[in-house]
Amino acid sequence: MRLRLVPETTRMNFFRMDRIPLLFSMIAVVASLVLFAIVGLNFGIDFRGGTLIMAETPEEQPVGDFRDVLTELDIGEVAVTRVSDPAGRERHAVLMRIGITDEDPDAQKALVTQVQETLNAAFPGISYLQIDNVGAKVSGELVTAGILAVVSAIAAILFYIWLRFEWQFSVAAVAALVHDVALTIGIFSLLQIEFNLSIIAAILTIVGYSLNDTVIVFDRVRENLRKYKTKDLQDVLNLSINETLARTVMTSGTTLIALLALYFLGGEVIRGFTFAMIWGVVVGTYSSIWIASTILLRLGVKRDWSKPSAGAGNQFANIDA
Amino acid sequence: MLNFPLWKKLLVTIVCLAGLTVAFPNLFYGNVERHNDALLVVEQGGETTAGVEEDIGLWPSFLPSGLVNLGLDLRGGAHVLVEVRTSDVYAERMESLWPELRDRLREERDTVGSVRRLDSPPDVMRIRIGNPDAMNAALEAAHEISQPVISLTGATSRDFTVSADGDELVVALSDAERSAIDERTMLQSLEIIRRRVDETGTREPTIQRQGSDRILVQVPGIGSAEELLAVIGQTAKLSFHPVVNRTSDGNTRPGLDELVYPSMDEPDTWYILEKRSVVTGEQLVDSQPSFDQNGLPSVSFRFNAAGGAAFGAYTAENIGSPFAIVLDGEVISAPVIQSHIPGGSGIITGNFTPEEASRLSILLRAGALPAEIDVLEQRTIGPELGQDSIDAGKIAALVAMGAVLVFMALAYGLFGIIADIALLLNIALIFALLTSIGATLTLPGIAGLVLTIGMAVDANVLIFERIREELKGSRGPARAIELGYEKAFSAILDANVTTLIAAVILFVIGSGPVRGFSVTLGLGIVTSVFTALYVTRMMIVTWYEWRRPKTISV
Repeated sequence: MRLRLVPETTRMNFFRMDRIPLLFSMIAVVASLVLFAIVGLNFGIDFRGGTLIMAETPEEQPVGDFRDVLTELDIGEVAVTRVSDPAGRERHAVLMRIGITDEDPDAQKALVTQVQETLNAAFPGISYLQIDNVGAKVSGELVTAGILAVVSAIAAILFYIWLRFEWQFSVAAVAALVHDVALTIGIFSLLQIEFNLSIIAAILTIVGYSLNDTVIVFDRVRENLRKYKTKDLQDVLNLSINETLARTVMTSGTTLIALLALYFLGGEVIRGFTFAMIWGVVVGTYSSIWIASTILLRLGVKRDWSKPSAGAGNQFANIDA
Repeated sequence: MLNFPLWKKLLVTIVCLAGLTVAFPNLFYGNVERHNDALLVVEQGGETTAGVEEDIGLWPSFLPSGLVNLGLDLRGGAHVLVEVRTSDVYAERMESLWPELRDRLREERDTVGSVRRLDSPPDVMRIRIGNPDAMNAALEAAHEISQPVISLTGATSRDFTVSADGDELVVALSDAERSAIDERTMLQSLEIIRRRVDETGTREPTIQRQGSDRILVQVPGIGSAEELLAVIGQTAKLSFHPVVNRTSDGNTRPGLDELVYPSMDEPDTWYILEKRSVVTGEQLVDSQPSFDQNGLPSVSFRFNAAGGAAFGAYTAENIGSPFAIVLDGEVISAPVIQSHIPGGSGIITGNFTPEEASRLSILLRAGALPAEIDVLEQRTIGPELGQDSIDAGKIAALVAMGAVLVFMALAYGLFGIIADIALLLNIALIFALLTSIGATLTLPGIAGLVLTIGMAVDANVLIFERIREELKGSRGPARAIELGYEKAFSAILDANVTTLIAAVILFVIGSGPVRGFSVTLGLGIVTSVFTALYVTRMMIVTWYEWRRPKTISV
């Protein structure tokens, strides 16, 4: 008896109510952008500059005590949270985030020393698991580099798909990508999960993954378009999605299994990262089935493969087809 | 019909075996690491103690012993990103230009008139000349002493430019000279930081230049970033100056060619020194921590021949007067010269702890940094956190792998098991590649690995689903397998190339943890395509030729 997540043959009509997912996604994207504009992302110190200290005490100490000790120092914005035990050891760890107050690097260095001395005095036996200090100059550049990374990845992919398929496929795939990235930023704004450098990595992986799904559907569309030259585009799309559905679900399944293991067992440090990935896999799978294909349907594609145009074999010549 | 020639089988098998062999030592990380460390001790001529012998015995020498480097976040250590103030050196360069320029202009006194240097920003020099009508002569004279700079582009230009601004001569460094100074300063800084870090005896430090004026230093196993900064953050410019006077007023205006520096130990004490130094730290050849005659920690030093001669001559002439030992603009001590000090060696006493004395001797031995550095980023990761991360990552990876293996076997039966073997080989190949290219495994790298476990089966899923479809179209098993591989290929290619694009961009633009992730993700894509297209195919074809089944079920 084989495990089948999807029945042997499916004949679902993905376009019967294709306005609903499209409308839903538009609302979700707009809501994400609004959330981003109003609430904003909870930037970590990588992007905002400042100090992060993860410390461990022999006995459990109330988070409030840490906050009080740090607030007394008058060092500006201070946030203290408890860290759940990463590997099941008996650790009583807290995470302290201190905003950037002075752009002078020497002052930042002095601040770290001052905070450590104060904590040492207030909590005997304290030890430091992690101390990060990022200056304003670097954090600004990291923001630029992060945005540049995401934008250039999308542009490069747009170009690749255009080369391998046709411009309509490229636009549809990238629309799905932008949708995934927007929703990821939206959920991070909504839940106020710390947005740091590794989340950028997660977003880029989502870009890659979501595309992976989309490309596989499109690859089948391309094949079926050649096979059924007279079939309606909507039927071809439907057929292609149905044919690849088993694979889509299987791969999303195995990837989600791996990510869930990482989320629950991988420790605090990469939880935000894995969360972004899980969200991205779910959203990416959804968008490659509904969003990318729906947009492709609206854009239409060149059907007549039998009559090569002037630039035969070269899709560049057919961009306005 | 299923064509998989022998040479291909051999090649695939050899690649897999090589991968397994290279990856194998990583299973016994602790033992192999101690073995390697012990061998290094022996190689460097260290003492062969019983402990070292025992460590060597932990891993048989005939087996490969390469290991994946663990990143700072897994091993614990310190990460510091600093920026070198190369502009400091511009000012110094200007300063050294002045005497030469002054002398040259004085030769022309008859036409140019009096020459006076005005206050100006540190990287330009403004000189007022008495006779503005002779500006052209002054410009020419200044131009004569400028030196050509040969830049990489081949275009030659002078090291500084002179222009006229009313009755003032404006001297500025040319762009070519600036970039030459930047380059030189960076190379010197890198070299000195490397020497200093090496002197502390930590293992596998990474010292890299980043961009035009930054240096990234990563040292595994060091206690904290502050400890690292204590070693690399100090300029450590040492010089010996004659003392003019001492004062308790920090606002004393120094006379021409004089300096006012605070004392390091005595509060509210400043020394007025002659600007001209007798000897500088550059003339030191050795420096060691030691103890003075009272048994207090101190630093002994030795000058090179020229420095020793200068120091000897100065001490002989100035018995009874004090001289100051200055480090980075502070007077460490100002002893009175008791006697002529020949031979060019001496001792610096101050209020040192033994650690400070030892650190200062390291700094003096390694040399002074050419410019000050600013700390842009400092990170410390405790070793416990690193170990926690490794443990958590291991558990997550094992659970993920177990679940995916079972899932695949349930979904595809025998073919699923074949894909499972390919997956295990895939992980081994990733480790083998990481080991052989000397890449560093970080926590996000582990995440990338776990993600790859999930995604690596994708190619096989594509192929198997395709085979199923072809079987439905009532093709024979051999033809179905062949078509499955053939038709899934373009989808596999496109899907993996797009992910690879994301990985490459992450690698190019990303820094630190993001890079570690992109490396495992990218390698994972390459190896998973290899295992899916070749390894599983080889196994399936071999199985098919052996059993010749009439029907297959995927």
